[in-house]
Amino acid sequence: MTTITVNGKAHEVSAASDTPLLYVLRNELELNGPKFGCGLAQCGACTVHIDGKPARSCSVPVSAVKGKVTTVEGLGTPEKPHPLQAAFVAEQAAQCGYCVNGMIMTASAFLAQNPKPSDAQIRAALDGNLCRCGTHMRILRAVRRAAGGVA
Amino acid sequence: MNLDRRGFLKGAGALIVTFSIPGSAFAQAQDPKLQQLDAWLAVGADGQVTVFCGKVELGTGVQTALAQIVAEELDVAFARVFMLMGDTALCQNQGPTVGSQTIYRAGPQLRQAAAEARKTLLELAATGFGADAAQLKVADGTVSAPDGRNVTYAELVGGKKIGKTISGSARPKPPGEHTVVGKPVPRVELPEKVFGTHAYIQNLRMPGMLHGRVVRSPMPEARFESVDQASVKSLPGNVRVVVKGNFVGVVADREEQAIRAARTLKVRWTQGVELPKMEDMPAFTRATPSRSRVLAENGSVDSALAMASKTHKAQYYVPHQMHGSIGPSCAIASVTADGATLWSPTQSSFNLRDAVAMVLAMPRDKVRLIWVEGSGCYGHNGADDATGDAALLSQAVGKPVRVQWMRHDEHGNEPKGAAMVMEVAGGLDAQGSIAAWDYQVWSPGHAGRPAANGPGNVLAGAQLGLPDNLAPNGADRNARPTYVFPNARVRLHLLQSTVLRVSSLRGLGSPQNSFANESFIDELAHAAGADPIEFRIRHLKDPRAIAVLEEVAKLAQWSPRPAPRGGRNAGAGRGVAFVHYDNYSGYAAIALQVVVDRASGKVSVERVACAHDCGLIVNPDGLKNQIEGNIVQTLSRALLEDVKFDTAGVTSLDWQRYPILRFSDLPEEIAIALINRPDQPSLGAGEPAASPVMAAVANAIFDATGVRMRSVPFTPERVKAALA
Repeated sequence: MTTITVNGKAHEVSAASDTPLLYVLRNELELNGPKFGCGLAQCGACTVHIDGKPARSCSVPVSAVKGKVTTVEGLGTPEKPHPLQAAFVAEQAAQCGYCVNGMIMTASAFLAQNPKPSDAQIRAALDGNLCRCGTHMRILRAVRRAAGGVA
Repeated sequence: MNLDRRGFLKGAGALIVTFSIPGSAFAQAQDPKLQQLDAWLAVGADGQVTVFCGKVELGTGVQTALAQIVAEELDVAFARVFMLMGDTALCQNQGPTVGSQTIYRAGPQLRQAAAEARKTLLELAATGFGADAAQLKVADGTVSAPDGRNVTYAELVGGKKIGKTISGSARPKPPGEHTVVGKPVPRVELPEKVFGTHAYIQNLRMPGMLHGRVVRSPMPEARFESVDQASVKSLPGNVRVVVKGNFVGVVADREEQAIRAARTLKVRWTQGVELPKMEDMPAFTRATPSRSRVLAENGSVDSALAMASKTHKAQYYVPHQMHGSIGPSCAIASVTADGATLWSPTQSSFNLRDAVAMVLAMPRDKVRLIWVEGSGCYGHNGADDATGDAALLSQAVGKPVRVQWMRHDEHGNEPKGAAMVMEVAGGLDAQGSIAAWDYQVWSPGHAGRPAANGPGNVLAGAQLGLPDNLAPNGADRNARPTYVFPNARVRLHLLQSTVLRVSSLRGLGSPQNSFANESFIDELAHAAGADPIEFRIRHLKDPRAIAVLEEVAKLAQWSPRPAPRGGRNAGAGRGVAFVHYDNYSGYAAIALQVVVDRASGKVSVERVACAHDCGLIVNPDGLKNQIEGNIVQTLSRALLEDVKFDTAGVTSLDWQRYPILRFSDLPEEIAIALINRPDQPSLGAGEPAASPVMAAVANAIFDATGVRMRSVPFTPERVKAALA
């Protein structure tokens, strides 16, 4: 048994210790936020925070998780949205939306470190996250809006 | 899960609108079943409106846009409309969700159904009030009489069951009265996607569900020889190996156990068919046996070419490209002896239901397909295949099985966008206008979608030996020029075999044909010493085509001059391209600016302008989202994308070996000018803006450097080599 803390709650999980965190979050904890995209840490769809830092949950064995895990469900809710979530809705920054989890989790960790980034810094911060619908321009606008800049 | 159509409609009181007559707005739909009596929408006793929609949401926003059309005609608040999509037991078969045809085809159908419902409710109210229906007003489902009396739709329906067969006599509102259509209504499902609560197919969990994975040979047409059952015997998770024909899969209790079993299982395959060398593809494509036909011909091309003052000829090539959905395909199936239920993100609920029924050797009325939204597909990706995989595995083990493809499954097995060769010869007259245009394209068909006549178009079906087919659709898309030339000929050489498995990728053959047509007209403009926009307009008659080019010139602040730019600013350039999509649908013109780094060969697209006309606009923000997506995705195809393979199969099996555009590669700005035409039917917007992008980039590279790129993608290595 491994114990992990997710969105402020401790969970005992039955998965084998080498199971990627993502499968535990999706299949045992029934969280829909983190997505399976590649299983290779190449696309970012599975991004969560571990102690506030972005991590690719598809490539982190559950036994290696020592810190507190936050998923997009733990970031904010419709009643109390994280500024980025509110900005993504305001900018309508999704098409299929499958990558959005990773965009928000990566950008929220980034903005926590750099609350007033330049456009080039935002682009660099999101460069490891892939979007296939081509919603990039809206995602950039949403991150700028959340950072308090003019969208 | 046991919901059937009758049960659903039997529930509470409702006004149920059915179509029964041919000849009205919906008769143009391809499926004859559309003319049978069947429910299109229901106004419930709670005032909610349920639309039984055969079209599905692929991330393009049609769920919202179609609901806007229904809310508009019914005069109810947008939030009252619920779109029930893609369930074969409950929804209308409106054909697959493809070809930028959802708003174009399903929009008028739903508009008519909603107008009929409103008319019926008004007549009921008029009878109740003893008033004339023409004097009644409706706001958010409340009908008011001139004397101040009110009644709601919910009260009118009450507990009664009211059937209404569409007469075709209800007249939809004139566009001038629209209050919901034409507004940027926010996407209904978007907040759930942002808060992580949206249940994509990848997140659906069924009680007692097992996890499956399929093991496929990397080589085309390799056949199953043997499997070493002992190779997975010691693995945890009650691993079961399923073999049927050439289909090999594993099922386990937990997902990670199924993944491990699929990786570990030892399977022997026969030697498959060797693929040609990638670098030989253009010549190999032209030499592939084909059926040739003339698609269009006017004047006398050969003699006009012989008499031209200047002639020019060029060949273009676009390689295989992939859909590259960010979420690999996924489906769940629950198959018992009595029947099957499939949960699938397919574009083709009904056709896929028919094909999977054949894979399962079951009558199709025993199979129900329930559509669940997946990752964006951009055409025929692996969604249908994963559905077939889950069905066969569930049938074998007698339990619900979820199959999620791995990244290498999706990259390796999804049907690819076909590689195409185009050759154009042209001649200028003494005035520098085009006297002759001779176009040829070598392409396979682009439509290998599963249906009753192609159960082998599902991989699991093919592995059972069921027949497949590749319909010719799409090879000719935008092969015919919109320009009017005195002498023109367009020929298609329809390839009779393909190197990789191919099917519909966004735009089918249109981006490739547009790349050739719109590059070549630029080459002729250069030969004529003309400005590329002026030169295009000179050869156009269609006023809507001319309008998008004029609009994009304004948006991009285009000052007329011939290309290339030359001089000390060389390295920066601009390019333009245009499409009248599929020669009947939306119009898009794109002008963009590039900077070419001569040392590295890297092409940076700095600014993009797009003028777009798709008739009456339903949701301007959703439309802009689609246009931006088309542009960014096709910039990626133009600059980077090329499915790599060796003689043994596809080697582009992850994002490192199939790179796509990243944030650092994006333009500074994408400016869009929407041309709204309320007096014209709504056309599609899911594809048109993609088609001109490749040529616009190639034309801009030429303007910047004087070098013509005729093979996609324009990678730094290729551009550098061309500049050397």
